[in-house]
Amino acid sequence: MSDLLIKGGRVIDPANGLDAVMDLLIERGRIARVGRKLESAAKRVIDAKGLWVTPGLVDMHVHLREPGYEYKETIASGSAAAAAGGFTSVACMANTNPVNDCGQITEFIVETARREAVVNVFPVGACTMGLKGEALANIGEMAAAGAVALSDDGRCAMNAQVMRKAMEYGAMFNLTTLVHAEDHNLTQGGVMNEGAVSAALGLRGQPAAAEEAIIARDIQIAEYLKLPVHFCHVSTAGAVELVRRAKERGVKVTAEAAPHHFTLTDEALKGYNTNAKMAPPLRTRADMEALRAGIAEGTMDAIATDHAPHSVIEKEVEFDQAAYGIVGLETALPLALALVREAGVAPARLIESLTARPAAILAIERGTLTENAAADVTIIDPGREWTVDPALFKSKGRNTPFGGWTARGRAMFTIVGGKIVHELKEQQA
Amino acid sequence: MSERELYRKRLVSMADLTPAHITRILDTARVMKGISERDVKKAPTLRGRTVINFFAEPSTRTRTSFEIAGKRLSADVINISAAGSSLSKGESLKDMVGNLRAMNPDLLVVRHGASGAPEMISRWVDCTVVNAGDGRHEHPTQCLLDLMTVREKKGTLEGLNVSIVGDIANSRVARSNLIGMRAMGMKVTVCGPATLLPPRAGEMADRVTSRIEEAVEGADVVMMLRIQTERMEGANFPNIREYSRMYCLTAERMKRAARGALVLHPGPVNLGVEIAPDVAEGPWSVILDQVTYGVAVRMAILYLLLGGGLPEQ
Repeated sequence: MSDLLIKGGRVIDPANGLDAVMDLLIERGRIARVGRKLESAAKRVIDAKGLWVTPGLVDMHVHLREPGYEYKETIASGSAAAAAGGFTSVACMANTNPVNDCGQITEFIVETARREAVVNVFPVGACTMGLKGEALANIGEMAAAGAVALSDDGRCAMNAQVMRKAMEYGAMFNLTTLVHAEDHNLTQGGVMNEGAVSAALGLRGQPAAAEEAIIARDIQIAEYLKLPVHFCHVSTAGAVELVRRAKERGVKVTAEAAPHHFTLTDEALKGYNTNAKMAPPLRTRADMEALRAGIAEGTMDAIATDHAPHSVIEKEVEFDQAAYGIVGLETALPLALALVREAGVAPARLIESLTARPAAILAIERGTLTENAAADVTIIDPGREWTVDPALFKSKGRNTPFGGWTARGRAMFTIVGGKIVHELKEQQA
Repeated sequence: MSERELYRKRLVSMADLTPAHITRILDTARVMKGISERDVKKAPTLRGRTVINFFAEPSTRTRTSFEIAGKRLSADVINISAAGSSLSKGESLKDMVGNLRAMNPDLLVVRHGASGAPEMISRWVDCTVVNAGDGRHEHPTQCLLDLMTVREKKGTLEGLNVSIVGDIANSRVARSNLIGMRAMGMKVTVCGPATLLPPRAGEMADRVTSRIEEAVEGADVVMMLRIQTERMEGANFPNIREYSRMYCLTAERMKRAARGALVLHPGPVNLGVEIAPDVAEGPWSVILDQVTYGVAVRMAILYLLLGGGLPEQ
């Protein structure tokens, strides 16, 4: 007897070029079959009529805060938030305490996730010890323990030689370097995008050039080394253009965009809303439009949330002192779906950016409904309206600028390895 | 929320005020100035009202000005400074403000080093909040006293050419005046080294220049800003000698100004750095009048915000 039969949904599986109304059968935690009019004595049958059935969503950029900052989030709470948002796999960044810069921390994360997480958790190892941008982290050790990529996310090595060595050394283990592109000298003291709004608010700005300068630098290094490089949370029009041109000439460059960057602008900071403070900062309308175009055409390979939970202690303070970042796992899907309605992004491209592309960048065997693949599946109601209420988040973080928003689109079921880890109950609708 | 209610709630930015509000404040301030000129400098208007001056950043002039303003109107005025407060013991701003709120003040005057602090505080309390200077953001009562000074001396505001010279990027005085003066129909030029002009300065001012001669030419009002030498040298200009050579307002440079031009400075003054002694103390200078009008303007604001009534728009 099979475990689960999902009937009559619109199956979108970009990795296989599939977009059709079909049934999907799950057996022993694996995708058994995708086809028309499948009959089976499954333990459970889900009627997916009118819904999208996609590979489980992959968020290649989250902060789970464990070890060290369990008051902000834990691997358990963060993974529950992922499941509620439709994500079956997340890659967690290394800026924990202690930093994930050695094999023991990577092991701790993998082991804790195995016990407590309801979704797949893939650790990202630090490039450098303590994220200091100086000595290389214990990369081989972390690779052996299960790290899937390298990143000093939150920090950026100001020394280009260090970046080069991280790329070269990581490549021996097939680990791509994920770059948080920020010239810390140019952004010094800056707490938001530099422009008309920062001038009016009297807040120090971070110019777009601070992000673009590093992206240009690291594209040149990657091109020279003929190695892959990935840019996290790209936020400026100039950066999109740099990535586009590098791809055109064959550089192995990939990039991600975050929902807040393609949904909001720096206008959201008016009134000193610390829940609109993040790094890189919210930019201008032109930047937002460029990101949307970049996602539509595939220049921006992936959509990733940069889920960054903080407690009120770090957010309900003077703007200059407030922590950077917002939670994203439970709001990403409707914000992404808005691109289909508002920015001409094809549904298959959108789902690719949330599944097959990030899985390919991390070289993890996820993000597809290929037969015999792990049965990670998300069932989405793309039209379902709901009101974002941070108090109902599974995440411990409530730091979102989207509280009270009317969102459209929601994960109805999240299935990991054939097991339903999130099912939207009617009273939550 | 009606505009009246919003206005009652707070004065954190000059953008909170319409030109009619500003005129009403300046008219009221003129009456208040009369109280300060009496032998008995006290009116019973705010008897029974509590005003807390919460100064999380050092200030002598502004704090004293607010204190005198409150006392001349018979309010109970309490001063809290950062050094003596629980902020210095690590209490968060929100907790500290929550405690003040629990004591039922009618009005909170806030000076804070972080841009936006008064606006945040206004969301955490239900009393009136007046911004007495926040970081690099705004200093609306300074703008109002500057407007009063100019109006009392010139008889009008509309159509006057004003040049603000110095560290525009980091100046809350410049920011408030750019909003307030332009709202009152004045033409504002900002002048300073390129490294001390805000991004997109051209969208905030009528004219932007880095040459002081150009800024002073034909100006009816020249406002000099204090340059914070200790944080600036090397980073924003090579040294104070060069800054002074290029931007110090001298009597020679004042010859370019319009007849009867005024020189303002929000203080404290760096004599010989941004302003020459003979200008600071010369016939153009209204720097001490600014201080006198400062008390009057703050009396007017306390009076109007605490129930003296404001024009409906």
